[in-house]
Amino acid sequence: MISKRIVLHFPHRLVDQPIIYKLVRDYNITFNILKASVTPQEEGLMVLELGGEDADFKKGMEYLKSCGVKVQPLSEDVVRNEAKCTDCGVCVPICPTGALEIDPITRKVSFYDTKCIACELCVKICPTKAMEVHL
Amino acid sequence: MKSIREINEKIKAGQAVVVTAEEVIELVDKKGARKAAEEVDVVTTGTFGPMCSSGAYFNIGHSKPRIKIGGGSCKLNDVPAYCGFAAVDIYLGATAIPDDDPRNKVFPGEFRYGGGHVIQELVAGKDVRLEASAHGTNCYPRRRLETYINIKDLNEAVLFNMRNCYQNYGVAVNLSDNMIYTYMGALKPSLGNANYCSAGQLSPLLKDPYYKTIGIGTRIFLGGGVGYVAWNGTQHNPGVKRRDNGTPVASAGTLAVIGDLKQMNPQWLVGTSMLGYGATLSVGIGIPIPVLGEEVIRHASVKDEDIYTQVIDYSHDYPGMTGRVIAEVNYAQLKSGRITVKGREVPAGNLSSYSRARQIAEELKSWIMEKDFLLTEAVAPLPGPESGYAFRPLKERPPVF
Repeated sequence: MISKRIVLHFPHRLVDQPIIYKLVRDYNITFNILKASVTPQEEGLMVLELGGEDADFKKGMEYLKSCGVKVQPLSEDVVRNEAKCTDCGVCVPICPTGALEIDPITRKVSFYDTKCIACELCVKICPTKAMEVHL
Repeated sequence: MKSIREINEKIKAGQAVVVTAEEVIELVDKKGARKAAEEVDVVTTGTFGPMCSSGAYFNIGHSKPRIKIGGGSCKLNDVPAYCGFAAVDIYLGATAIPDDDPRNKVFPGEFRYGGGHVIQELVAGKDVRLEASAHGTNCYPRRRLETYINIKDLNEAVLFNMRNCYQNYGVAVNLSDNMIYTYMGALKPSLGNANYCSAGQLSPLLKDPYYKTIGIGTRIFLGGGVGYVAWNGTQHNPGVKRRDNGTPVASAGTLAVIGDLKQMNPQWLVGTSMLGYGATLSVGIGIPIPVLGEEVIRHASVKDEDIYTQVIDYSHDYPGMTGRVIAEVNYAQLKSGRITVKGREVPAGNLSSYSRARQIAEELKSWIMEKDFLLTEAVAPLPGPESGYAFRPLKERPPVF
């Protein structure tokens, strides 16, 4: 079994296609939608947790790529710029998944990208703009 | 009892015992205040957070031919600066933003660039674009000026902050049903989070609650360089309710500080953006407390769990000036990341960086131990709790036509 959090970018021409449905039906992949948005005249973006048998998962990813969907690991999406972060910690209670933590002793902030669902709340509220989106 | 002169002699001889405001807590716990006061000469404090009443003034030098910017207008990287002075003196405030910034037109606005960011870039040695216009006179004929300036070429670049270093600060929460965006950060509805802004047991004025050692003229760590306490800060309010240990339970004393911007460091002066609110500057300040006796060290060793502050609703009570306080909590509870308000557990976050406050206290300690920094006697005291000095609301008197 394999389970991964990924970001899918759907080009404009694919926005009306039932791609995730086919991914589930033909490749036996389970999914949990973490975030989805469609920008008019632009593209669709989905953040998903996908799971399945290793072979199915691989074929499923190939299917997505063959359709023209850009697949990106979620961890590449949100980045903490350590040079800009002042370790204030105001982002910690804002994060809905506990991906940002402050160490009780050092009082320094850590970012766990495996827990991040790329909601980007921290990106908006960070006072020194240390949380960055890299799409 | 020790005098500041005696402490300075020990610093010069490399024999002074200097501890941070955190270290002194453990020391007093272990040895008692009397013994600790004999051993320790200086306690260093620190704080690093957004401080909106910050700004810097510059003398840019005279152009050829001359221009009188005074009475005209000028901008630094599109951010308007105040120039109602003589020909080439200008003052840039931390919260100033470009005229074409969208502000809150699309709510919440981002306020990505303002006076605080310009100050940080100048301190970092970057070129900044100056644009000025003037009315032109016989002695100052020029009417327009566009040039890059660099901090190293300015005659003076001086950080002058009219209110910094708050002695304690309230905790912001939101009791309404909608998300709100404040200078205390984004506050989720129905007590979704609580934001505070203090270094607690490291914060300068909380460690000298009656201003017995910190006064006008005190030499301090300011933005990574050396600065001085110029005056009490605006909104200085020493008369608020205090606990037995002397610490006020709400925002009380403040400082106006000044220092040579050319010596400062962009690590300790950081341009800051508050979503939906505005731009500002985060400032690092550290103040040494000379241990003149037992009372001084007893105050300097107060811990987070003995410093309390008030929880205030920023959806209704803060904007409406109702004065209502929802709860009182201490800094140990706040630092645990969870406080209890109205029987509910609320996650708490700090706008002020405790790790940076600690770094400042350590840095100041090393300056003193390396004999680079001597302590000063205050020239005059700050107004204390008994002075009657108070922070009053505006009495509105609308003109009648």
